[in-house]
Amino acid sequence: MKKILSFTLNGEPCEVLCEDNRSLLDLIRDDLGLTGTKKGCEEAECGACTVMIDGRPVNSCATLAREVEGCEVLTVEGLAKDGKLTPLQKQFIDKWAFQCGYCTPGMIMSAKALLDHNPNPTEQEIREAIEGNLCRCTGYAKIVEAIQATAAEMAEMAAAQKGEV
Amino acid sequence: MVLPKFEYLAPTTLDEAMQLYNELGSGAKIMAGGTDIIPPMRDKAPGSKCDFLIDIKHVPGLDYIEYDEKQGLKIGCLTKLYDIQTSKLVREKNPAVAQAAKYVASTQIRHKGTMVGNICNASPSCDTAPILISCGAVAKVHGRDADRDLPLGEFFKGVKKTNLEPGEIVTGLVIPPLAEDECAAYIKFSVRKAMDLAIVGVAAWLKMDGKKVVDARITLGAVAITPVRAYNAEKALIGNEISDELLQKVGVAAMSDCKPISDVRASAEYRHDMVRVFTKRAIMKALEGYKEGEI
Repeated sequence: MKKILSFTLNGEPCEVLCEDNRSLLDLIRDDLGLTGTKKGCEEAECGACTVMIDGRPVNSCATLAREVEGCEVLTVEGLAKDGKLTPLQKQFIDKWAFQCGYCTPGMIMSAKALLDHNPNPTEQEIREAIEGNLCRCTGYAKIVEAIQATAAEMAEMAAAQKGEV
Repeated sequence: MVLPKFEYLAPTTLDEAMQLYNELGSGAKIMAGGTDIIPPMRDKAPGSKCDFLIDIKHVPGLDYIEYDEKQGLKIGCLTKLYDIQTSKLVREKNPAVAQAAKYVASTQIRHKGTMVGNICNASPSCDTAPILISCGAVAKVHGRDADRDLPLGEFFKGVKKTNLEPGEIVTGLVIPPLAEDECAAYIKFSVRKAMDLAIVGVAAWLKMDGKKVVDARITLGAVAITPVRAYNAEKALIGNEISDELLQKVGVAAMSDCKPISDVRASAEYRHDMVRVFTKRAIMKALEGYKEGEI
């Protein structure tokens, strides 16, 4: 039986009818049409389906839609505002941190979760933050570079803002 | 792939959860993070099926990390592995527990999965069980009629089987404090650093008097149907002074304490030999301790 599920999706209130056995991944992609979040292994191994729930990166394939009742869910579509990419997204492009692109949305969500909590991570911390995101193209080096460059850029922006004040 | 049908229930009090769990019987499962419940269900793995999923995430008061001088570390059944791994309190009071939490799966899984869920799943390669057993931890078990303390050493019955009675819920863990003359460590040996199961996992807890081992508890993971105490290794260790020769002997003794299988990760023979190596290393790691920022 379908029941109403209410949560916040990318900053907007969302109410949908959904079955108890619906995964958050299927809800986001198939019912809500947000296909940025990718379906990879459906085993919570590859990280392509990573989204943020209340600030934590999680595998949406191993999450029931019902679990997010009342929660804030952020998908890759929720990052850019008015068509303007975030520094993290731009750095992924500038540093060529993707090839086929399939892991990219999950990679970006894991990186965002890291930078939100730890704006100045070490390389080790970056590699640990994306340990649950498999990439079969890049060898990870470019991805790590993009995250490092984002951290540096955000630190500069913060310093500049301070200077202005 | 679509998940099999089940009814999702989200009680908001422990009493309500207990009532549902006891009324619905064997068709019901308790869920916290769900990371060990949902993927097997999708695979239709044996034992994964359930008619009712009781999500206890919304029960208040079960997500905590506390420390009591007498009782030690207290961890709630809703406390996520990531929060245990990063907890200053856990890192200070028993860093091996933070290390064990960090060894589990991936960052995403640890942001959802709980330590109590990890032990209740009762996988032979469970990363958090060996250190909990070695440190003498106890599971706080809430039953319909009575509550009880179940030592982690008596918690596991078989592959994916625990000694919990029907209708019982683990509400938390209590890990006794490490005295000044006590130390502990857990080392996992796996091919990959993340998203991999242990080939061998070894936890060591030691009580020392200078160089002499007064008491020891060694627990092996992934080399038997449950995590197992290495009693022969402990016997070889207790009462003796630490030396290279002693550690050699203890490692060899530990090989007789396990019954590993061959699988995709390693052969039984290799696991046997790695028990020898990693028992030594776990003891040395416990004696060496964890440096700040290491975990």
